[in-house]
This record gives sequence, C-alpha cells and structure tokens, in this order.
Amino acid sequence: MFARTVWLVVRKDLTVEVRSREIAYTTLFFAVSCVLVFAFALVKEGRAITDAAAGILWIAIAFSGTLALGRAFERERQSETLRALLLAPAPRPAIYVGKLVGIVALLVAAEIILIPMIALLFQAPLLAHPFWLAAVVVSGTIGFSAVGTLFAAMLVRARSRDVLLPVLLYPITVPVIIAGVRATAALLEPELDVAIVRFWVALLLAFDVVFVTLALWTFEPLMTD
Amino acid sequence: MTASLRASVDFDDLAVEDISRHFGRRRALSKITFHAGRNTILGLLGPNGAGKSTMLSMLATLLRPSGGRIRYGSHEAGPHAAAPHSEALRAAIGVLGHDLFLYPELSARENLAFFAALHGIAASADAARAALQRAGLADRADDPVSSFSRGMRQRVALERALIHGPRLVLLDEPFTGLDDASAAALVARLNGLRESGAIVILATHDLDLAEGLLDRAVFLRDGRMVQSIDRPDRLRATYRAVMTRS
Repeated sequence: MFARTVWLVVRKDLTVEVRSREIAYTTLFFAVSCVLVFAFALVKEGRAITDAAAGILWIAIAFSGTLALGRAFERERQSETLRALLLAPAPRPAIYVGKLVGIVALLVAAEIILIPMIALLFQAPLLAHPFWLAAVVVSGTIGFSAVGTLFAAMLVRARSRDVLLPVLLYPITVPVIIAGVRATAALLEPELDVAIVRFWVALLLAFDVVFVTLALWTFEPLMTD
Repeated sequence: MTASLRASVDFDDLAVEDISRHFGRRRALSKITFHAGRNTILGLLGPNGAGKSTMLSMLATLLRPSGGRIRYGSHEAGPHAAAPHSEALRAAIGVLGHDLFLYPELSARENLAFFAALHGIAASADAARAALQRAGLADRADDPVSSFSRGMRQRVALERALIHGPRLVLLDEPFTGLDDASAAALVARLNGLRESGAIVILATHDLDLAEGLLDRAVFLRDGRMVQSIDRPDRLRATYRAVMTRS
C-alpha cells in the first residue's frame, strides 16, 4: 500500500505538471537566469574563478528548488487538495514520499539542462566524471528536497509561507549545500581524488538518511494540526 | 460499501462528547455534544465563525480536539485516544469541503480514478466511470475540471467524497454556487445517502434548502451549542428565534 500510494501521488503530480508546465518553466527560467548573471559577473576573458562553477550549480539548485517547492504546494493549497490527500486512508508518510519523489524528479530534469550550460559558460569539466557527478547531484537534491518538502507542506496554510520557507529551509540545508559544493569542486580537480569524492557522497547520503527519516517521523503529527 | 484493498472500520453511530477546540488562546469550540445514528442527516447551523467547519475538521480527523472525545461506534478519537487518526477510520469517512478538493488540470475521470485508487478501490477506473454516471457527467468525463461550471465541479466533488462508500459523510456548505436544479439533485442524493444507512453531517447557511431535509439540527454560535432540535420544521423561524434568544 505504501509503494502504491507513492506511485499514485508521483504519477498525479507529473501528469499535472505535464499539463501545466508551470513549475518546469518557472524553475528552469529562474535557474538559467541565475547562471547567466553569475557567468557575466565571474567569467573574465573566458576564465572563471576556481570552483565558481561548483558554487553556481548549487546556488541555482537551491534557489530554483525553493521556487519549485513553493509552487508544488501552492498548487495543493489552491483547491485544498492537500486536505483531500490527508483525508485518504493512505499512509501519510507515503504521501510525503510521493511529493518528495515528484519534486526530486522535476529538479533532476532541470539539472540535466543546467549542468551542461554551466560546464559550457564556466569552461568547467563538470561532465568528465558523469557517474560521480550524478551521485553528488542526486544525493544532494534528495537531501535538500527532503527538508524542503516537509517545510513546504507544513507552511501550506501559513499566510507568509513564501517568506518563511527559505528562512526555515536554508539554515537547515546549509550542510547539504556545502557538501554538494565541495564534492562538485573535487570533481573539477585535474586529477580526480576518488577517496575525497566518495567521502562527500557518503556524507550527502548520510544527510539524506537523517532528513528523510526525520521527515517521515514528523510528517503525520505536523500535518494533523 | 465499495470493494477496497484497504481495511475500513464500520460503525452505527457517531457520538460527540464535550468536544472543545482551542487555537492558541482563541476558543473555536466549547463543550459541544451531539449524537447521530445511521440513516440520519444532522445539520450544523450557525453564523460565520460559529465553529461549524472546525467541528467538521475534527470529525474528519484532520484536527485533534483539545478536550472531550468523538466516538465512531467503538472507535474513539480525542486528545488522549491511542490511535486517533487511523487509516481504517479515514476509510469510513467522506468529506466534501467548501473548497472542492479537485485538481483543475486533471479531467473529471482522472480526478475520480486518482481518489478511488488512493482509497484503495481495486477497480478504480470502473468506480470513476460509475461515479461519472451518477453525476450525469459521463459525456464530459475527459474534459479538464477547470473547464467545468461551479455546479458541475460540485457534482464531481460530491462523487469524489462518496466514491469509497463512506459510512460518515461530512459536507461543508454543499449548496454554495448551485442552481435550483443542481441543488434539488443534491437534496435527492442526500436523501438517497440517508436511505442507504449513511450518517450525514451537513454544515450550511442555506436554511431554505435544508428545510425538510434534516433529522436533527444543532445550532452553534460563537463556538457554543445553543440548541439541538429533532425533526426541525420552520427552520428559518426557529433559527432566528434560537439565535436571538441565546
């Protein structure tokens, strides 16, 4: 029942997104604008500051992710459909996981466009180690989205949710973003030190486990009142 | 009841006993008590801010009471109940809110099939098809809900709330935005639910439409229950008298 509920929520979210394309367009537009502004500011004569690409990638993921989280739950608020999900006799943690998987899928789709763009604009060898890059980006996105999905769901009825979401989200996800930046920077070194990359990926996976476990544990009581 | 993959509890009566609910220092409801059995339509009547929607949220298990208890047959919900919001209990409750709980981007069929599947109904597509027939919307089944009129959306929303055959049906202002024909159809549907053994709790301002429909009226004002009347007649006059007296 848990997996079936997750699948139903993910399929519904992706169907709604394919029809409206609202989150994909806004997230991508914001992320691309962000990368372009930094490219004009930081790239001089075709050379960027060392490790700038790593920082820009994670700034773009964090900012556009916050936008996507806000819109994903605004959609559930407009017709109070989040209440309908909570009223269903489905495990509430499964509803959280379904929303989380949908957000991660959207952000990964945006990252697939962002990464080659950053590699090109910053002349950074981001795609030199695709397996490790995928491990870093996906594990970091899961950690960021795990906390973001919980907070966005919690704040869905708060009047100042657009202000509160980043205020709550960024301090808690700073470790994920720092680990993501350091892991990505390690991938940009001329000689790849696998031990260092493995350490950062392990740290990101540890954050994922902690954040997802805490969110699963707290989602039902937080959403009940 | 509809064939479901999920466990559901069943009950013959609903008892609300000294229920209170506070939001911080604000008291939304204070010591409300009433009872409803099967084949009953109970109306929660009162002005804006009387606490009707809060009461429905607690009955739907979306809010925990601050005090008192709600008994669904032998199952209890309250601040100290062991498992106040179990999935099995939610499987026996259907809610039509003031907002319609529908995804405007999805078609009527997709909305109904999604919620049927979420309620664990094995043949969710068949359940959606039957619900669309009942709503009289089979010919618009694949149109997005955003293209529907308020009355059509309300009919889809009612079928969404009832798709799993709930024992307890909670309706918050179900007559809002309906034309005369749609309102009459809704009254007929509510009478049908009563005949089928459901417990229907209805919060409404529309006393003319509720006239003759209710088996019991519970009058609320400022979070307090001011009167409860069985088989109320001349509802508008009674409402005026009760509200001016208290």
